[in-house]
Amino acid sequence: MEATITLTVDGRAETVTVDTRTSLLDALRDRLGNTSPKKGCDHGQCGACTVLLDGRRMLSCLALAVAHDGADVVTARGLADGDRLHAIQEAFIDHDALQCGYCTPGQVCSAVGMLDEAAGGSPSHVTADLTAERGLGDLDDDEIRERMSGNLCRCGAYVNIVAAIREVVGTTVDAQATTAAR
Amino acid sequence: MIPAAFDYLAPTSIEEALAALSSDADEVKVLAGGQSLIPVLRLRLAAPTLVVDLGRLPDLAGVRDDGGAILIGAMTTHDELTREPLVSEHATLLAKVAQTVADPQVRHRGTFGGALVHADPAGDFPAAALALDAEMTIVGPSGPRTVPAAEFFTDLFTTAVSEDEILTAVRVPKHTGWGSHYEKFHRSAQMWSIVGVAATVRLDGGTVVEVKVGLTNMASTAIRAAAVEQQLVGQPAAPEVIASAAERAADGTSPPTDVNGDADYRQHLAKVLTRRALITACGC
Repeated sequence: MEATITLTVDGRAETVTVDTRTSLLDALRDRLGNTSPKKGCDHGQCGACTVLLDGRRMLSCLALAVAHDGADVVTARGLADGDRLHAIQEAFIDHDALQCGYCTPGQVCSAVGMLDEAAGGSPSHVTADLTAERGLGDLDDDEIRERMSGNLCRCGAYVNIVAAIREVVGTTVDAQATTAAR
Repeated sequence: MIPAAFDYLAPTSIEEALAALSSDADEVKVLAGGQSLIPVLRLRLAAPTLVVDLGRLPDLAGVRDDGGAILIGAMTTHDELTREPLVSEHATLLAKVAQTVADPQVRHRGTFGGALVHADPAGDFPAAALALDAEMTIVGPSGPRTVPAAEFFTDLFTTAVSEDEILTAVRVPKHTGWGSHYEKFHRSAQMWSIVGVAATVRLDGGTVVEVKVGLTNMASTAIRAAAVEQQLVGQPAAPEVIASAAERAADGTSPPTDVNGDADYRQHLAKVLTRRALITACGC
């Protein structure tokens, strides 16, 4: 069975006819030519295919494209504003938060989604008090590691990935403090 | 691998969904969040001819107050359980369990109802449903019916939900002020439980008044550690008392042997993890 769906991918409306079996990942890569999300394990274990779907990070390999007609998809490619990289992308470069780079688009999307979640007060497994008010400033290294646990890096660049995210957390919190002080 | 071919339907009403389940398709599968079903389809462990996606049904997600209980829509995601104040306050155990399921990406798509109906013996929610005395609302051609968690999980990947029915909501009695904890033993952050222990406890002046312990991956379904509960009720909530009761956590269990551990190793784990879960839940 085939179905025609419309997706907004990195800000652009795309209409595509897919077999109902097609994963969102395959639709993005093979049908729409967006090879930013990567196919690692293809069954929800590695995080390389992470994209933001309607603003939340998810695994595009564990989604049927047909089920997401009308959805807004942002890949790592769409995080940059032309040549201007997203702060997380810049930080990954500055901190050498990659070696082979295959997991990086997933890591970057996951980090961006994770910062939004933390800013919105979402707790994690290592959060001590579920009922306390929380924000970006509460993201210590343990929180960053736990919240990024859905993304594997087989080169083992984890230490630098945490450092890159920590830097963006720090600059964002500082910027918010400066704005608040004005 | 690519799944076997299937027709796809995304009904917009319960009636339409039920009609699809009763259609003459050879095999129908219900798609909730898809975080278990899609791998199953891809491995061709199932080859339905029709997939019915509940994602477009209104009113199946979200948590609301229902007097003495909270009512959790079957399509509520794991992530929503971790963020919902009604859950944190009245069923803290569920918020804690939800944070341990797979990884954040999966928790954004995976649903509470889907995980319960999937009934993976290594899945974390069935033990929590048992430890909270949850009640499942199941809708079928002849209307809705209610099944207590204790009768819901019937066998490996099998529940009381028949092929022409849908789990629509889960009623969780309020456990406000109860202590709770989920102690999960697994190899890495995203992996399934080798063994998990879900504990809820109500204390009065340091004495255990009520206690419920659910075990993950200690039989073909989640089960209650009844011997532990019986030994602990009426006793002081003290580490040595809990340690003694926890020694009975493996009574009547029949855990699997697999690459992660032998059955006797799991029985050992059940005792250790039950002790830890109860000590944390009691705060002693």
